[in-house]
Amino acid sequence: MNSLGQDKYLLEGLAIQDKNAIESIYKSNFTMIQNLIINNKGTLNDAEDIFQEAMIVLYQKSIDKDFQLNCQLKTYIYSVSKRLWLKKLQTIQRFGIQADDVEDFISVESDLQKHHQEQNQFSIMEKAMERIGEPCKSLLEAFYIHRKQMQEIANQFNYTNADNAKTQKYKCLVRLKKLFFAEYKIDNNDR
Amino acid sequence: MIDNQILIETIEKFLKGELNETELHEFNSLRQSNAEIDQLFVENSYFLEQLEKYSDTKKLSITIQETVADLKSKGFIKDTPLSTQGQIIYMWNRYKKTIAVAASIAIVVSLLSSSLISIFTHNKETNLKPLVEKLIEQDVKYKKLERQITQIKNKDNRPVKTRVESKFRATGFMIDVNNNLIVTNAHVLTEATHKLIIENNNGDQFEAIAVYHNAKNDIAILKIIDSDFEKLSPVPYGVKKSTADLGDEIFTLGFPKQEIVYGQGYISAQNGYQMDSSFYQLNTQVNEGNSGSPVINKNGELVGVISSKEENAEGVVFAIKSSEIIDAINEIKSMDEFKNSKITSNPCLRKYDRVSQIKKIKDYIFMIKGN
Repeated sequence: MNSLGQDKYLLEGLAIQDKNAIESIYKSNFTMIQNLIINNKGTLNDAEDIFQEAMIVLYQKSIDKDFQLNCQLKTYIYSVSKRLWLKKLQTIQRFGIQADDVEDFISVESDLQKHHQEQNQFSIMEKAMERIGEPCKSLLEAFYIHRKQMQEIANQFNYTNADNAKTQKYKCLVRLKKLFFAEYKIDNNDR
Repeated sequence: MIDNQILIETIEKFLKGELNETELHEFNSLRQSNAEIDQLFVENSYFLEQLEKYSDTKKLSITIQETVADLKSKGFIKDTPLSTQGQIIYMWNRYKKTIAVAASIAIVVSLLSSSLISIFTHNKETNLKPLVEKLIEQDVKYKKLERQITQIKNKDNRPVKTRVESKFRATGFMIDVNNNLIVTNAHVLTEATHKLIIENNNGDQFEAIAVYHNAKNDIAILKIIDSDFEKLSPVPYGVKKSTADLGDEIFTLGFPKQEIVYGQGYISAQNGYQMDSSFYQLNTQVNEGNSGSPVINKNGELVGVISSKEENAEGVVFAIKSSEIIDAINEIKSMDEFKNSKITSNPCLRKYDRVSQIKKIKDYIFMIKGN
C-alpha cells in the first residue's frame, strides 16, 4: 500500500474511532510533534494536549464526507499542531516559535476556524454538563458517551426497570437543554 | 397538548435516521401542520445535534487518552526523546500493581454495598407511600353532624349548598389567582372518580376540574369552576426558579387533619426516591392528607410540593421541585384559556417573621376532596 492509501485507511479507522487506527497515527506521528513542542518551550504534557487536539481536528475532517486528503497525513498533523501550539504560546505569552526546520506546508486556517467554533460549542455543552449535577451527569454520559443500553443503565443506577431509566434520562435531558441554552445566551452576550 | 417526551424521542430517532417511511411521513406532516411543533423540532434538534457532537468528541478523547496511556506503558511515548529509559514507564509499571489492588478492593466493596442496598430496597415499589388520607365513613358522618350544628348555631339563612361527601383528603395551594388555578399531586386525582372539590379552612366547598396532569412528576393543576369562589389577592409566595441548597430550612402547611397544620424541616438531599432528579428529599414530619402541601423556604418562596414519604423510614419525605411547577404552568399557557397565567416570582415575604408569613399564606392553601 502506498502512503496515501495507508493514510486513507487510517482516516477511515479514525472516523469510526477505531483504537488500532488511533494507535497507528500516534505511533508514526507523535515523536515528530513532541520534538516540535519540546524544542519550542513546551513540555511532554503540552505535546500530549496539542496532539490530542490535532487528532480531534483530524477526526472532524474524517467524518466529513466531502473531505479528501490531498497531502500526507503527517504534513496535515504537523501543520495543525504547529498552528495550535503557536496560538497557545500567544495566549500564555511565552515566546513565539523560533526553530523551524520543517516547512509549514499547507494552510490549515479554515479548518482551524471551524474547529474553534466547534470547540466553543463543545465547551458550552461541557459547562452545562458540569452544572447539571448527579445523577444526571453520569446518567447522560452512560447513554450518550458510553452508549449503554437502557436496561444496563437501569441496573447501574438502581432503577426498577428500563422504562423508569428512560423517564429519568428524559428529565435530565430537559434539564441539560435548559442549562445549555442559558450558557449559550451568556456566551453570545459576551461578544 | 403534546407529550414532550415522545416528541424528543421521535426527534432523536429522526436524527439517527431510525424512523420508517410511514413514521417519517406522519412526522413531516405534523411539522407542516403545526408551527409550534416545528419550532420545538428546530430547537430540540439543534440541542440534540450539539449533544451528539459533544458526546462523540468526548468519547474520542477517552479513547485517545487510553491509547496514550497504553503507548506510554509500552514505551512508545517517553518524556524526552533523547533521554535513556524514561522514568514514566517505570512509574507506570510500579503503579499498575497498586492500581490493580485498588481496583479489586473497589469491586469487593461495590459488590458488598450493592447487596446491602438490595436488602434494604428489595421491595422497591411498595416503599413509597402517597400521602392522601382516605376518610372513613364514620368520620364523614361525624363531620356532617358537626356542620349541621354550626349551621343551626349560625342561623344561616342562605341557601345551603349540598355538601359533597368525600372519600379522601389531600392538600393543594393557589398558584394563579386570575384563573383560580390550584396545584396538587397527580396521584390525588386517582382518588376522585366523580367529583373534585376544593375546601378552605372554614369548610366552604367549591367545585373544581383538573386542567393538567403529569404522573411522572406527580403534578396536577386544578381550576376552581364554582362561580361563588371569591377571587383572592395575588399569591404572596414567589416560585423559586433555581434549585434549593442542601440543608435549606423549609416549612410546610397542609391538611393532615380537618384544619391547617404547620410543619418544619430541611432539604436533606437534592434528588428524590431512586435518585429521581425532579424531586427533593426532605427531613420533616408529614402524614396522610399532606399530599400536595407547599414546601416554603425561610424567604417565603415556594421550593416544592410534598408528594410521598418512605414508608419504613422516619422523616424521609419526597417533594417535587418548584422548577417542575414552572414547567407545568408554561405548558398550560399553550392553551388559549390560560394564555395569561402568571406565577409570582419575587419573594415578598422575605422580611416577615414566620408567624406573619404563615398568616399571609394560609388562605391560599386548600383541602382537596372528592369522591
